[in-house]
Amino acid sequence: MPGLFGAGRRFRPRRPSNQGRDKGDHWLVNGQKVWTSYADKSDWIFCLVRTSTESKQGGISFLLFDMATPGVSTKPILLISGSSPFCETFFDDVKVPKEQIIGEVNKGWDVAKYLLGHEREMIAGMGLGTGGSSVTLGPITKPSDPLLRAEIAAFDVDALAFAAMSERFAAMWKAGEAHPASPSMMKYAGTELNKRRNELMMAAGGSDALEWDSEHSKGGATPRSWLRSKGNSIEGGTSEIQLNIVAKHILRLPGA
Amino acid sequence: MSLLTDDQKMLQETAASFLAEEGSIAKQLRHWRDIKCKDGFGHDLWKQFAELGLTGICIPESHGGMGMGATEAALVLEEIGRNLTPSPFLTTAVAAARAIEGTAHADRWYPGVLSGEAVLALAVDEGPRHAPECTALEAKRQGNGFVLNGAKQFVVQGGSADMIVTAARTAGSSGERDGITLFAVAKDAAGLTVDSQTLVDSSKAARLTFENVELDADAVIGEVDGGWQPLSRALAAGSAGAAAELVGVASGISTMTLDYLRQRKQFGRLIGEFQALQHRAAHLYSENEIARAAAFKAAQLLDSGDDTAELYVSVAKAKAAEVANLAVREGVQMHGGIGMTDEHDSGLFMKREAVLGELFGDVYYHRNRVAELSGY
Repeated sequence: MPGLFGAGRRFRPRRPSNQGRDKGDHWLVNGQKVWTSYADKSDWIFCLVRTSTESKQGGISFLLFDMATPGVSTKPILLISGSSPFCETFFDDVKVPKEQIIGEVNKGWDVAKYLLGHEREMIAGMGLGTGGSSVTLGPITKPSDPLLRAEIAAFDVDALAFAAMSERFAAMWKAGEAHPASPSMMKYAGTELNKRRNELMMAAGGSDALEWDSEHSKGGATPRSWLRSKGNSIEGGTSEIQLNIVAKHILRLPGA
Repeated sequence: MSLLTDDQKMLQETAASFLAEEGSIAKQLRHWRDIKCKDGFGHDLWKQFAELGLTGICIPESHGGMGMGATEAALVLEEIGRNLTPSPFLTTAVAAARAIEGTAHADRWYPGVLSGEAVLALAVDEGPRHAPECTALEAKRQGNGFVLNGAKQFVVQGGSADMIVTAARTAGSSGERDGITLFAVAKDAAGLTVDSQTLVDSSKAARLTFENVELDADAVIGEVDGGWQPLSRALAAGSAGAAAELVGVASGISTMTLDYLRQRKQFGRLIGEFQALQHRAAHLYSENEIARAAAFKAAQLLDSGDDTAELYVSVAKAKAAEVANLAVREGVQMHGGIGMTDEHDSGLFMKREAVLGELFGDVYYHRNRVAELSGY
């Protein structure tokens, strides 16, 4: 499993703290990364390293190397959900063979941008429910409280409408008719929807949804998912960043 | 979901240029409103709709129509919404046309709709909230026909309609779908009082009183006691259409608002530079896109006769009304003081949204339908 990459407190591949020095037949990598997905379980890692300091986005290269390479170590980060899908990853004089570069030297940002777009689309899809659960909440929660039923019905309208949007987005993307910044809109809407879904799952679950590790609660699946969902609108660019992108690139608002 | 075909794109372009040109706020809505016109729309414009073939979109080719569906109607309605064009298109050419489809009344009324001479209306609501299964207006058998007693309200274009498709109860009791019968009631029927009202958006809707209105048996649309089928067909087409028109209303006011954000200077800066407004504008854009997707999904499912069409029609109507409401609130607020003036158009969008949001069931009605159709 290849690990993804990250640097800084939020996801900021633009300023990789890693340095990759050209040592003739290999790159010598030094530095550290944070929010590396599954680094402790990965066999290989895609890593953005700075190979030149001439410009901000230029000068970054995209390397691929074995996690067993001497000098690579990981430290899992425990999240509020109780799981550790991310790590801090340390690189101490790691030697990477010269040919293990993706794309051209100093052009790694192009590869990263492409992957980021994919990540946003993937995260946006979360609004539709994951792991085979249904798009709508009513059929699985069967709310008896009339006020909760009303909120869940309002959510289900939004979830089904977003499902239609996802279909339309996919068709437009395929046909080349989608605005290049539209994944930002999908990411924003999808992740906000998924957070709302989890809030309503907690409300519908009542005190059952508070149990953290019981068999009855399937190991606290509902509260763990609820807590994990809070990261959706942070990872891959926060909701606020996505709104900035929509305001600037789609709406062309001044000074955005 | 499939994207628009080339033919649909052509229809969209035709409707867009026709309505921007002839159906503009200045030429139509403000004009008819300011002269206090009786019908609330221009009959000449309705004839132009006919000349372009638009009144026949939902009428089968066998009757001289275009034989298209909810998707094409939605394309026209989005443009109607964008321009706030007053016309009987939704009630006549979409809802009522669907109600009489496949019946003898189609032969009688489709020619007038195709030529832009006839206006048809739909009388369903009997209280201030949409509840079609609660139809109570009594239709009693008498000799070979029926005699009707009761009242209707919110009959859009009721005052100008030549024929009103009326839901009445021939059996069962209020709340039951069985036992409802649809009747074609001519505007001059003895015992029918049509009291036309001006609504908040300057459109017209009537309160009807039926006092021993005698109808022949051939006034029945479809089956006696089986009116729910043509009625729900008409209501689904009407709701999907209203959703599309709401998408147009939301889009029209949002375009105006964005233009204003790009032009208006305050405190030495363009107000569109303020992040507090940028984020709200971006959120509104996202919601508009989602509402449009839901409206087209519902229309496409109606056209393909899909089992989930009814569910998606309610999703579309609820979502479009909610989003259009957000769009008009943000529109007036972001325009500031000018948005509160009658001179500015943003208030007109707010008024239209209020009427369309209510028509064929409001947000709460359709959320409840989504819950019922999803089994909770």
